[in-house]
Amino acid sequence: MATKTKSKTAETVVLKDYESVIVFTPVLSEEQLKDAVSKYRKLITDDAGELVHEENWGLTKLAYPIQKKSTGFYVLLEYRSKPDFISKFELAFRRDERIMRYLTVSLDRHAVIYNQRKRNGEFNQGKKDQKQEGAK
Amino acid sequence: MPEAPQKKKFCRFKKNGIKYLDYKDANFLLKFVNDQGKVLPRRLTGTSLKYQRKVSQAIKRARHIAVLPFTGDSLK
Repeated sequence: MATKTKSKTAETVVLKDYESVIVFTPVLSEEQLKDAVSKYRKLITDDAGELVHEENWGLTKLAYPIQKKSTGFYVLLEYRSKPDFISKFELAFRRDERIMRYLTVSLDRHAVIYNQRKRNGEFNQGKKDQKQEGAK
Repeated sequence: MPEAPQKKKFCRFKKNGIKYLDYKDANFLLKFVNDQGKVLPRRLTGTSLKYQRKVSQAIKRARHIAVLPFTGDSLK
């Protein structure tokens, strides 16, 4: 019985929501950065995942130096993939010398809704409310 | 003799219906750290336990990707 249920779950591919923030070294040129990002984009789609959203924050100042550098290229990838894809994906990050830091987070349903609303620009109002509340 | 509370504290997440804390939003997270970058206790911010856990998780994530500093002299 146990094996039967196991094979059943293997047939239906369950995709989960994830989000990765990658910090690239600032020594890269625009071209090199594009190449690097497209490599990871391809990794996701090759492994039956789907890219939901991509965001490039550009050259951003770090809160503290990493590898003696004070800036970095931030790239955010939001995607849906199989859970066992993450270990492969992170292995690729670790092998890549262009990457100074990375963080992969699995998203719960509140996070997915939050990200959707943020993309649609619904948060400009909400943020103002928060600021007023903080000032009180 | 207990002092009369100046103003009743409340959990801003429960009050405003915020369900998810974005660890990439440094400006928002700055409200929950002191000027050295330490996490503020619940007794000062009024956050409920459920959301305090999320606050601390978000701050730690933000520190890892260098959005927030681990330590600092004058953040505010």
